[in-house]
Formats: sequence, structure tokens, C-alpha cells
Amino acid sequence: MKLDLLTSLYVFMLAGFIGFEVIRRVSPLLHTPLMSLTNALDAIAVVGAIILAGEHKTNFSTVLGTIAIVAATSNIVGGFLITDRMLKMFKLSGPKKS
Amino acid sequence: MMSEFASTQIIEVTYLIATVLFILSLKWMSSPATARRGVWAGELGMLLAVAGTLLHHGMDYKWLAAALVLGTIIGVPLGKVAMTAVPQRTALSHAFGALCVTLVGTAEFYLRAPSVPPFMMAVLGMEVILGSLTFTGSLMAAGKLQEVLPQRPITYKGQNVVNLGVLAIAVIVAIILVLHPERVYLYPLIVILPLIFGVLMIIPIGGADMPTVISLLNSYAGLSAAAMGFVLDNKLLIIAGALDGASGFILSVNMSKAMNRSFSNVLFGAFGQEQASAAAGAETRAVRSASAEEAAAILGAANKVVIVPGYGMAVSQAQHKVRELYDALTKRGVDVRFGIHPVAGRMPGHMNVLLAEADIPYDKLMEMDDANGDFAQTDVALVIGANDVTNPAARTDTSSPIYGMPILDVDKARTVMVIKRGMSAGFAGIDNPLYYSDKTLMLFGDAKSFVGSIVREISGGSGH
Repeated sequence: MKLDLLTSLYVFMLAGFIGFEVIRRVSPLLHTPLMSLTNALDAIAVVGAIILAGEHKTNFSTVLGTIAIVAATSNIVGGFLITDRMLKMFKLSGPKKS
Repeated sequence: MMSEFASTQIIEVTYLIATVLFILSLKWMSSPATARRGVWAGELGMLLAVAGTLLHHGMDYKWLAAALVLGTIIGVPLGKVAMTAVPQRTALSHAFGALCVTLVGTAEFYLRAPSVPPFMMAVLGMEVILGSLTFTGSLMAAGKLQEVLPQRPITYKGQNVVNLGVLAIAVIVAIILVLHPERVYLYPLIVILPLIFGVLMIIPIGGADMPTVISLLNSYAGLSAAAMGFVLDNKLLIIAGALDGASGFILSVNMSKAMNRSFSNVLFGAFGQEQASAAAGAETRAVRSASAEEAAAILGAANKVVIVPGYGMAVSQAQHKVRELYDALTKRGVDVRFGIHPVAGRMPGHMNVLLAEADIPYDKLMEMDDANGDFAQTDVALVIGANDVTNPAARTDTSSPIYGMPILDVDKARTVMVIKRGMSAGFAGIDNPLYYSDKTLMLFGDAKSFVGSIVREISGGSGH
């Protein structure tokens, strides 16, 4: 348990660094879709909710887990949908007519 | 026994692949050319992780199926909102994410109480406090953006002390729980107090500060998810949360820089209280105004035009008329580009999306620094629905509340034209000396109809 904790801290720290380096390179042009995409990815919290609701340990935990799944799933579906819709709109100017 | 072991291995492998796909997904967002591939990578990673999780040993599927279907039913309309409504949709999705994290954290606490190990209680406390305040804070932000709540900042004496006091009590209670997890009855306080703090936190924040606030809430949502990953010992969740937290943090820093303000200034200092007197004295100064016909003649004769759009353009739904103007001028051989301030719009990058929706090619959209390098060679800078971000007082007038804020130097162009409804001050209530300059022509009217008349003059009028 104690060792897992340290590993988790390493993972968090490294992921934070990767996040900074990768996201700094995202063009400001795409900051809105970036936010809706990270939002959808963040909804991976749904896996925690699925295990919580699926294991059905107490009625209380199952109810909270189920509501949590609904909330996270709506973020996944809505987040990916709107990100793709936005990105489809970004077009280059066509080849110049001579 | 064997099958449980095997399914655990499979789950771990799907999480590992999902992690790689998530990082690639964000990497591909770096350019519009690869960005859609990024979305697909994210979707695939998500699908794998969820499918892997469903293999988890001893699951009861009937609740899960219902919840996944209901979530999809709610999610689809949220993915189809108008582009002008994207900021409030984003705020709402931060609220949903935070709700999920808070509920899972709460359930985990009651499953483990009264014997929660100290470290776990500490991250659980962080998860729940951040989750709860992000939940109500994001709902408030969404309400202000949707204009169901008043956009003007509401302030009162001692506000910061009250707000921070509420949060401090929540943190103290969490610390007590770390030391004495058997005091289960204290737990509701670390949910309720941050819920109250989330509301109080947004009350003094005005509409113009929303880009920073949304980014900050984005960061909190990510960090609370990462804390949940610690509680559940789930590396994928820690990584996704850390990526989201980093993204939100970078965007908040960008936004604060673009407004020349610190986080604490956005959160603790409401804007726009004492400018009324400054604006009142300026009413009588003379401005030059022009008609659509004159504006069309000047634009048509120009070689290089930079259009500076602000949120006012989106409010009057003028972006499609602006696209027609772009087309008409481009057809005449005029070089038309757009200069975009980082805080034009209600969230980071919002203006780019609104212009892209109107079919304006993204290679014509310039960031602030590039645009500022261009204004000296620009014949006409056309400002549509933007105000404070073009205010030269930010460069010169040390007494101005926006002094030091990076602006678009439209006043360096040969001619400046400003489309505006009237002479009222901008969002922050600050007078703009640009309007009284000799080279500025004011075009009074609604942005959409005024741009429409300019387009008619250009394409109909002087036939060529």
C-alpha cells in the first residue's frame, strides 16, 4: 500500500510534466476544442464509477456510483461530439485561383 | 481464481493502451491538420478503458447499462449546442465531471469508514473538496454565461474573508478527519462547505473574467480526478487527471497574462467599480463617424485589412456577414486577415471557433503577437464588437485600470474603423481614447447590419 502510494506520486508527477510539454505546443487556435477534449478524457473517471456501481457493495454506493456514471458518460459523449464538430470547421483557404 | 487474475491483467493492459492513446490524442491537437486524429485516438482509448473495466470480476450489469444509456442520452444534445454556447456547455461539463468525482469519493469514504488510512483520507479530502467546489462553481459560471444569472460582479465588504473562511473550515475539517477518521459525522462538512464556497467564489466574478475562471475550474476538475485516481489506485485516472489539470493550468496562465492580471486578482478583486467617473467626463469629446458607403470605399481601396473581432460580433451573430465581407474584399485582391486577442470571446480560443464556423480559413486567423507585427503595414484595421482589447490606454495611461494589459495595436494602422452601437464604455466600463483619434472612423450601428451594408456597397456599387 505504502509503495503503491509512492508509485502513484511518480506517475502523477511525470504525467504532469508530459501534460505541460504537450499542451504548451497546442496552437491557441485550438484552445476551445482542447478544453472540450481534455474534458472528455477526464471523464475516464467513469471507470471508477463503473467499478463502484458494478460491485454493488451497499445500496448507497451503488446509487452514487450510478449517478456518477450518468454524469461522466454525458461528458464523454458530449465532449467527443462537440470537439469533433468544432475541428471539422477548421479549414485552410483553398488553392489560389490563378 | 485464475479467471479473476486474467481479467485483472486484461484490464491493466487496456488502461496502459488507453494512456498511450490519451497522450497521443493531446499531442495531435497541436495542429488543426492532425487534431481530428487526436479525437479518434481519445475515443478509442476511452472505448478500450471502459470495455476493459466492464470485464471487472463480479459485476452487476443492470445498473451499469441503464446509467451508460442515460448518460449518452444527456450527452448527445450537449454535443450539439450552438458554437456561441460552447463556453457554458464547457462549464456545465466541468460541473458533471466534478459531480462524478465527488459522488465516487463520498461512496468510497462511507465504504471504508471508520478505518480510513491517513494518506487515503488526505487525498480523498482533496478529491471531495476540489470536486464539490468545482461542481457549484462551474454551475454558477455556466449560469452567468447563459445569462440566467446576473453577469455583473456582485461584491460586498469582507467578501474575501468570508469566502476564504468557508474554505479554510472545510480544509481544517478534512485535516481532523485525517487524524480521526472515526469521526464519520464530520464528513458531510467537507462536501457542503466547498459547495457553498463554489457559489461564493463566482459571485464577485464578472463576465469578462470568464475565460480565466473556466480554465481554472478546468484545472480543478482535472486535479480532483487525479486525486480520485490516488484513492482508487488507478494510474490511468491519475494520468488523465494530471493531463487535464496541466491543460487547465496552462490555459488559466495564458488568460491571466492576456488580461495582465494574476489569478488572485481575478479571484479576489472584482473589476469595474470606480470607472464611472472617468467615463462620464469624456462624453463631450468629438468623434468622426462614417457611413457604410464611405467605409466600403476605404476598404475597397486598401491593400491590406486586418479585422479585429470581439465578443460583440458574436453577440450580434455577425460572423457570417463578416465572412461575406472577407469574400468580397478578397475577390478584389485585398489581403484580409483577422487579429485575435486571446480573451476575445468567453473562453480560450472561442473566437477562432466562431470564425471557423463561418467558414473563414484558419490560416487567416492571426494570434495577437503576429497581428501586432502587422499593423504598421496595415491600411485599415476594422474593429467589430471589440473594445478594451484595442484600448491604447493599456500601453500609455498608467492610471488606467487596464494599464499593462497586452492589446492589439490597431492604432498603428493607417486607418482604424470601429463598428459600435454607440459611445457606451466597454465591458470593464473603461473609456477608450482610440475612438477620439484623428485616424479613427466610428461606424455606428448593429454589427451584423452594418457589415451587411458595407458588403452590399462593395459588391454592388463600383462595378469592376
